[in-house]
Amino acid sequence: MAEYLLIESRDPFESNDVGYYYDLAKELVEGGNLVTLFLAQNGVLSARPSAHSAALSALARGGVTVLADNFSLQERGIAKLAEGVAAAPIDVVVDHLAAGHKTLWH
Amino acid sequence: MSKKTLTIALMDPPYESENVTTAFRILDVAARRGYHINVFAYEGACALAFVRQTPHPNPVHGKDVAEENHPTTKDQVAALLAEAEKNGGKVDWVNCGMCVDERGVNEFVPGTRRGSPADFHAFVEASDNVLVIPTK
Amino acid sequence: MAKKTLNIVESAYRAVMEEQDDTILWLLAAMQGAGAEHTVVLRGNAVNYAVAGQGVPGLTVGEWMQTQAPKMDRDVLDLIEKRKIPVYVVTEDLADRGIERGELVPGVQLLSQTALPGLFAEYSLVAHW
Repeated sequence: MAEYLLIESRDPFESNDVGYYYDLAKELVEGGNLVTLFLAQNGVLSARPSAHSAALSALARGGVTVLADNFSLQERGIAKLAEGVAAAPIDVVVDHLAAGHKTLWH
Repeated sequence: MSKKTLTIALMDPPYESENVTTAFRILDVAARRGYHINVFAYEGACALAFVRQTPHPNPVHGKDVAEENHPTTKDQVAALLAEAEKNGGKVDWVNCGMCVDERGVNEFVPGTRRGSPADFHAFVEASDNVLVIPTK
Repeated sequence: MAKKTLNIVESAYRAVMEEQDDTILWLLAAMQGAGAEHTVVLRGNAVNYAVAGQGVPGLTVGEWMQTQAPKMDRDVLDLIEKRKIPVYVVTEDLADRGIERGELVPGVQLLSQTALPGLFAEYSLVAHW
């Protein structure tokens, strides 16, 4: 079992490739791995409860740890998060890197 | 906390992408922890450490140079090097040489250096982990 | 032995005319020359790099003419044949773009999107470009 950090900087409003990355997170969990999806930059736009946040909540129910960068949330005035999404500091990224977890940026 | 060596590859030029802001936030955390940090500044990112950047005023908001206090990435790079050193870490910031040449940005923040893909390979081999921040 | 790195490349045609290369494929080739051990997965629009017969004569601006325009299919072939870098293309992304398998340069290997996560465990590092 391995641990992964997937950083998503894109949002589903401008990019239709975000679905691929969410699916990657889901498939890695289904493969028995521990996965954190860290939303950053415009990636946090889908963390606000909306039609597009359902996909994130589904990931969380499926075992992906879904985090949203504090700084990016505050920058965009996002206070309320979709179910299953938690705010987190950027330190989380360095924690995962320091722990040797494979870390990808999309 | 044990000393780690991390490598980050950057591609975005200054002032064009939020990737750079996030990259510096990640680097800052690592520097405060005293980690050894390798940065491979590729493509547009080779201009992040260009020492001839100058701040400017903001006439739209009626601010002069001092009031605007516009960030320059060269200052952020210098601050990163200083922070790492203060905490017992070291930053090896490499600006990809050919990228530097084609952009004409061949004057760097002291403490950063010119390099090549061979340096990135060496960084990867020597690091506990690697993060590539791609451009779009 | 070098760390094995899986490189998922999706950025395509971003600055290839200016640079006369895809700068990621170029970087990986250069690192391979320095002793790295890379594998490439082309996904998204980058699957189009494997289509044989692509390329334009070169940019012209007034009297200025580009003389070494890139050909991405040739560069993919070079990775495989000269640099010995395995190159995969994601089959679902080919299908989405209406690219038939017979249009691809030889030596490219096919990979289903569903098989990609399973590859990760075989590599020390996975980079997304």
